Amino acid sequence: MTRKTRRLYLIVVSLLLLGAAAGLVLNALSDKIVFFFSPTEMVTKPPSAGKVVRLGGLVESGSLHKLDNAGTISFTVTDLKQSVNVNYRGILPDLFREGQGVVVQGSFNNTGQFVAIDVLAKHDEKYMPPEVAKALKASGRWEETASQIGNGQVGNGQAGNNQVGNNQNGSIQ
Amino acid sequence: MHRFANPGRFLRLADRLQPWLVTATMIAFAAGLYYALFHSPADYQQGETVRIMYIHVPAAWMALFAYCTIALASACALIWRHPLADVAAEAASPLGAGFTLIALVSGSLWGKPMWGTFWVWDARLTSFLLLFFLYLGHIALGQAFDDRQRGRRAAAILALVGAINVPIIKFSVDWWNTLHQPASIMRMGGPAIDPSMLVPLLLMAVAFQLFFFAALIARMKAELLSARLRTAMFNRLRAGTAGSAG
Repeated sequence: MTRKTRRLYLIVVSLLLLGAAAGLVLNALSDKIVFFFSPTEMVTKPPSAGKVVRLGGLVESGSLHKLDNAGTISFTVTDLKQSVNVNYRGILPDLFREGQGVVVQGSFNNTGQFVAIDVLAKHDEKYMPPEVAKALKASGRWEETASQIGNGQVGNGQAGNNQVGNNQNGSIQ
Repeated sequence: MHRFANPGRFLRLADRLQPWLVTATMIAFAAGLYYALFHSPADYQQGETVRIMYIHVPAAWMALFAYCTIALASACALIWRHPLADVAAEAASPLGAGFTLIALVSGSLWGKPMWGTFWVWDARLTSFLLLFFLYLGHIALGQAFDDRQRGRRAAAILALVGAINVPIIKFSVDWWNTLHQPASIMRMGGPAIDPSMLVPLLLMAVAFQLFFFAALIARMKAELLSARLRTAMFNRLRAGTAGSAG
């Protein structure tokens, strides 16, 4: 074996070992690396009151309404299996609307109500001009993409959108 | 490959290639920017903001591509001790750091209007910030030794260790839930992006790629020529002292 082949094997083996070590560490830490919890996780393993957590899912259609005149709003975050009701007072991102993916940061209060301190909008990986979205909807092919939500992929952030052009933001603010 | 690893041959080839590369880069950027800014539609959800994508996505791709180039060159340098591979890794590092910075800044400016925040510590954003620090570390370590060769060896080992981060960046959006959306182009089931936006995006990607090669070759040429100059000056100095002593 020449010195060159020895160096080649040395590098390949050390990279494999390093990759395996990194994989094990990331696997062990995967609970800490996730950015948000799904409503199902929130309902089955509720965090203690006052502990700040992130909740991610879709804003349920028809759930968005004003709570008072001071600007507090209420909406439901769902993964189509479980849902959590959220109260929030503050600025909403442009993409926030019913049917849209959302990540809210906040905590459960003593009465079990989730109170958000920050709301972030999450969008999916699809990009298209408005006419194409409209045409897909008109031809009925839009449902195929929207049906991805039903496969339980919402928690993985594959939030689809079936509320194109139905921005109810204006009526709230 | 070994034939082109000869610095003299590389310099001759680079001289012939460079004008073509520079011209192609400029044409690709002009076409890509025109197409992206004036001739592509707004997004059904994001509106005109989507145009940030035409800078952000190619920059992020090139940040990863430049790192893969460095890792590959570093492996060649460590195994076969090609001097040209060391020069290539050293020349690519500041370019990759620049691409990473562009992707981070443009992504931050995109995140504020769309997500509602400049920055979050999710897996994709955090691993990409780590890539930026890896680049800075690679640049610094390569110059931290008086003996250039030892610095390059240390930097090559750092580059190979840091290569673990590349698949982590790519798959972070699939392995964990993140605020960043999953991949739109390189994913199962084909691109989830309309052709009217995919074409300008790929044009910009080609422009960034050509720019990377043009700049890499220019930087490698500069390093090789300055090394030649150093040797020539050293020889002349030595001849001078030898002359005065005799």
